[in-house]
Amino acid sequence: MIGTMLRLTALALLVTFLLTPQSFAPLFQPLTQYGAAPIYDQGSLLMLSLSQLGTVCCAVAASSSIAVTLGILVTRRGGEQFLPLSRTLVNIGQTLPPVAVLAIAVPLVGFGLRPTLIALFLYGLLPIFENTISGLRNCPPAVIEAARGMGMSANQSLFAVELPLAMPLILEGIRLSLVISVGTAAIGSTVGAKGLGEVIIAGLLSNNTAFILQGGLLTGLMAILMYDAMLALERRLLRNARID
Amino acid sequence: MILIDNLTRQYGAATVVDRVSMQIERNSITVIVGTSGSGKSTLLRMINRLVEPTSGRVLIDGADTAREPAHLLRRRIGYAIQGNGLFPHRTVAENIATVPRLLGWEPARVQARVQQLLAVFQLDPAEFSGKFPHQLSGGQQQRVGVARALAAEPAVLLMDEPFGALDPIIRAKAQEDLLDIQRRFATTIVLVTHDMDEAFRLGNRVAVMSRGRLLQYDRPTILLMRPADPFVSQLTGLADRALRLLSLTSAGEAAEPGSSTGPAISASVSLRDALSELLWRNADSGQIIDADGAPRGQLTVAAILARARPA
Repeated sequence: MIGTMLRLTALALLVTFLLTPQSFAPLFQPLTQYGAAPIYDQGSLLMLSLSQLGTVCCAVAASSSIAVTLGILVTRRGGEQFLPLSRTLVNIGQTLPPVAVLAIAVPLVGFGLRPTLIALFLYGLLPIFENTISGLRNCPPAVIEAARGMGMSANQSLFAVELPLAMPLILEGIRLSLVISVGTAAIGSTVGAKGLGEVIIAGLLSNNTAFILQGGLLTGLMAILMYDAMLALERRLLRNARID
Repeated sequence: MILIDNLTRQYGAATVVDRVSMQIERNSITVIVGTSGSGKSTLLRMINRLVEPTSGRVLIDGADTAREPAHLLRRRIGYAIQGNGLFPHRTVAENIATVPRLLGWEPARVQARVQQLLAVFQLDPAEFSGKFPHQLSGGQQQRVGVARALAAEPAVLLMDEPFGALDPIIRAKAQEDLLDIQRRFATTIVLVTHDMDEAFRLGNRVAVMSRGRLLQYDRPTILLMRPADPFVSQLTGLADRALRLLSLTSAGEAAEPGSSTGPAISASVSLRDALSELLWRNADSGQIIDADGAPRGQLTVAAILARARPA
């Protein structure tokens, strides 16, 4: 109950801030020096937030489709031998810091949105991949045996039984990736991707603590609300699919 | 009719099923018993090709099962397993409808069949159709599992320890139900168990397996009276074999003409239970009555004892 109240408050705060940033000006005024602007004024905060959200959603959609497909392939008969290789590749994506990926990607694909998408895509693979594998492996053996015994083909068993049963864990992986990516996406602004990182960087350059705080707070609020939205979506989708 | 012809399954150097041949009559219950590791489950699973034989053939009504894709074969053969394997994300009705839907039945026909089966298994369709497996008791789950296996009206039903997870009282009820179902749908049932009592209660014929070999395959009375192997007599039990023999015959079958002033005994109970009743009541004979309460002759303790010896 209290949780719901807090979340609604957070949502209201975010929406109000994005729609009428100037109404928060008195709050941020004490953080500025020498009469600098208390609210970011070199672009619309709303547009920057939406653009960051769009970047994250594109990257995670790509990570999800690749990671889930890969997770399915390595749990099929005949695909197990590719598990160590896939795991290594996916782990590299997680181990390389996104900043390093940006640095490598810029010379290859240029400045702007593309290096950020690549970095987020690689960074988001691991949780989805590992959760897909756990989900598929944890299907009760008796249930899979029954699916085969009833005369389902391998594909029918996968789509009608195994994936639905693995879905809670797969969605959990996607949720993790989303939340991590929302935060990480801010770094993309260093190479020219539109996002709230721009606000933070502007604050750092002009020694304006108010800007830094705004960028950080908005990113954080977005991550928290995204987490809740995904959780609500998961609960809705899985209302009935309980595994005992 | 199922003809199992010289069936062998090897895993590496280990031979799990070793040259088994047997003929399973249509419209009967055949029980395969053995200790764990005897190869009984593997033998069963080779009938619907969940396990592919290393060599040998299985013919159902004369047709070699290896000739059609395994998943299509399995849709024609019912399959029920221990712990029932119900799909946890699907309702009871959806679970039962699995095979008819795979076969592409009309929705109305699927619906009608589901309703019919729920009624047969004493599950009120209005109450149970929309429930999920985790909302059912163990006994109810087991019934849904068997209903699902029977949904597409298969001529053959394979059951792998289907009652293993049930407590004794529910298990006895489930066994009674299975006998009713078999009579009603005239299904050919092959059932695997390690429980000798279950084998004797259900099986028209019992196959005893040990270390991959089929030691004996015959009617339960023959297994008791003329065991082909020391292992068979050990498995069927030496100490209580006379009583087991009595449990295979009903009081009605053993009744003699005449009437008795002794206690009334239902024609459907086994001679073992009838003897127990007469001993308890300290009577020499009992009056046999059928389900309607009509007299069906008498039964003496001496007549019962005469049947407790090998012929």
